[in-house]
Amino acid sequence: MRAWTLIRFYTVFVYIFMFAPIAVVLILAFNKAEFASFPMTGFSLRWFERLFNDPTIMRAFRTSLTLGLMVSAISTTLGVMASIALVRYEFRGKDLMTTFLISPVLVPETVMAVGLLIFLRYLHMPRSFGLLLLGHSILALPFVVLVVQARLVGIKREYEEAARSLGANPLQTFFSVTLPLLLPAVFAGALFAFTISFDNITATLFWRPSGMETVPTQIFGMLRNSISPEINALGFVMISVTAGVPLLAGGLARYFGRKNRARHPTRSLT
Amino acid sequence: MARVELKGLTKSFGPVKAVQAADIAFEDASFTTLLGPSGCGKTTILRMIAGLEQPTGGDILVGADRVNDVPIHKRNLGIVFQNYALFPHRTIGENIAFGLKYRKVPKSEMAAKVRNALDVVRLPGVEDRYPSQLSGGQQQRIALARAIVIEPDVLLLDEPLSALDANLRESMRVELKAIQHRIGVTSVFVTHDQSEALAMSDRIVVMSAGKVAQIGTPEEVYNRPANEFVADFLGASNIIEGRLQGRADGAVVLQVDAFGAVPVREDRAASVGSGPAAKLMIRAEKLLLTEGPAPEGRIAVKGVVEAVDYQGQLARYFVRVGERTYQAMNMIEGRPFAAGDEVTLSFSPADCAALPAGT
Ligand SMILES: Nc1ncnc2c1ncn2[C@@H]1O[C@H](COP(=O)(O)OP(=O)(O)OP(=O)(O)O)[C@@H](O)[C@H]1O
Ligand SMILES: [Mg+2]
Repeated sequence: MRAWTLIRFYTVFVYIFMFAPIAVVLILAFNKAEFASFPMTGFSLRWFERLFNDPTIMRAFRTSLTLGLMVSAISTTLGVMASIALVRYEFRGKDLMTTFLISPVLVPETVMAVGLLIFLRYLHMPRSFGLLLLGHSILALPFVVLVVQARLVGIKREYEEAARSLGANPLQTFFSVTLPLLLPAVFAGALFAFTISFDNITATLFWRPSGMETVPTQIFGMLRNSISPEINALGFVMISVTAGVPLLAGGLARYFGRKNRARHPTRSLT
Repeated sequence: MARVELKGLTKSFGPVKAVQAADIAFEDASFTTLLGPSGCGKTTILRMIAGLEQPTGGDILVGADRVNDVPIHKRNLGIVFQNYALFPHRTIGENIAFGLKYRKVPKSEMAAKVRNALDVVRLPGVEDRYPSQLSGGQQQRIALARAIVIEPDVLLLDEPLSALDANLRESMRVELKAIQHRIGVTSVFVTHDQSEALAMSDRIVVMSAGKVAQIGTPEEVYNRPANEFVADFLGASNIIEGRLQGRADGAVVLQVDAFGAVPVREDRAASVGSGPAAKLMIRAEKLLLTEGPAPEGRIAVKGVVEAVDYQGQLARYFVRVGERTYQAMNMIEGRPFAAGDEVTLSFSPADCAALPAGT
């Protein structure tokens, strides 16, 4: 009994330790005072207002958003194609290919970042938005591949074989059978990719061309001067996006799932 | 509709010889079953006909055309899979119409064809449901409807009934055969269930370890097996060593230690060869147990019941005669025999077949 009480306290303590800083950021974003301190002097939205009127921050926000969406599109497309190759076809060097695709997760990000930079230097190419796009896509790809592969393994080959036997060519089979069945995993992979790009900082610091800021690097830059309450507001927005988008998607998926099931309830048998 | 012919069809998976030089002809509008134990290569043959597997040797002919290099989607085949493989994200109507889309069937005709296919499988009005809302047997019918609505040249069925429970299976097999007969499509049916094969087929191809062991009508493979494997696989039987003694008025005479000379009808001894070693086959249901003397005209010996396997209408007896135990399946009339009973075991020579030794 005593042991359980202890464990409970300990758990609560760990959670407080982990989430208190985030909570502080979220709360202080609405603080009235110039300097972050408790107790708060009053409620205000002025920091958000400042944020939305700050052109550099808004530019960083747009950069991050564009980057995230493009990374999401690229790595999802590549990831789906790679997963199909890895799950549905036999070819030489398949294991090597899998390791290669997954390796960005295993290699420390700094090493990856420097490696890609050196490679570009070798090709005499300057740092650019393109590099950032390429780099982020490489970082996000393993997650897409892992998620999509897991689902594809569960989709029985007979579905595709049935479609082929009924007259669909391989491409028609993919779009009419495989992709619809794969869709939840594709969505999950795309979301993963977006979030990974949206809050990446380490590699971004290496890869971004001078003058280009994403939201994380912008915050990082602002922190070097002072801890302005504006950063708390920005942090609030960041957290809302990175936590909110997956939650929203999950909620939507469940909502549509339920609506579907209501329309045609699954039999408990079969 | 078309005749399908396999010529020396061979398939190896690395060192595994899944199918070895199979020569099989599937006649137009016939129902042929590939029958054999697990792993003997039935599915592999079916998948090669379908184009889902590339042969390592031999030819596949549909009608007069060699189709080895024709991709699946251009072969015009209907396949019914063991686990149905209905598209779960599409309604029943869409599932059935799937193949019609690729055949340039006008929209207006499509609905009529779908409705007609549903009538054929006796499930009208389920167009708007999803596969998950149907029972296993109903899903199997939809799978059949989806395969036949495209009017395929050949219908391929890989153990389509094995996922169903025993009762449903029996009624489905009658229905499936009726539908096949009505539309007259050349059908290749795979099963490892011998009673299913015997009940449904025009012809049975018995396979063993990648090779064709015998091709014949159900009556032929059951009563005139080509070898011991076929005899055994198609039903419980007693196979007894003997010697070929000679021929006398339309019969081949086999000398068997326990029973003396047994005259086997010549047509049931076609595969026996020149001997001198040969084997006598008696189906378990043709061995009769009696308390008193055996009926007239039968060869009879005395034995002791060793074990009884009670099956309701039938009983399977294991009867010891000398050194050997024989299997007999008899209808139960009154009370079944019990272990330890002394009985007379008898058979009619007309119910025997002769097999070559060493198969
Ligand atoms: N893709 C494959 N790779 C390697 N070996 C295979 C493959 N498919 C089948 N085999 C082998 O080929 C042989 C024949 O297999 P097949 O599936 O045709 O048997 P089957 O007669 O259909 O058996 P079952 O009644 O169990 O379905 C088996 O030994 C099997 O292990
Ligand atoms: Mg099989």
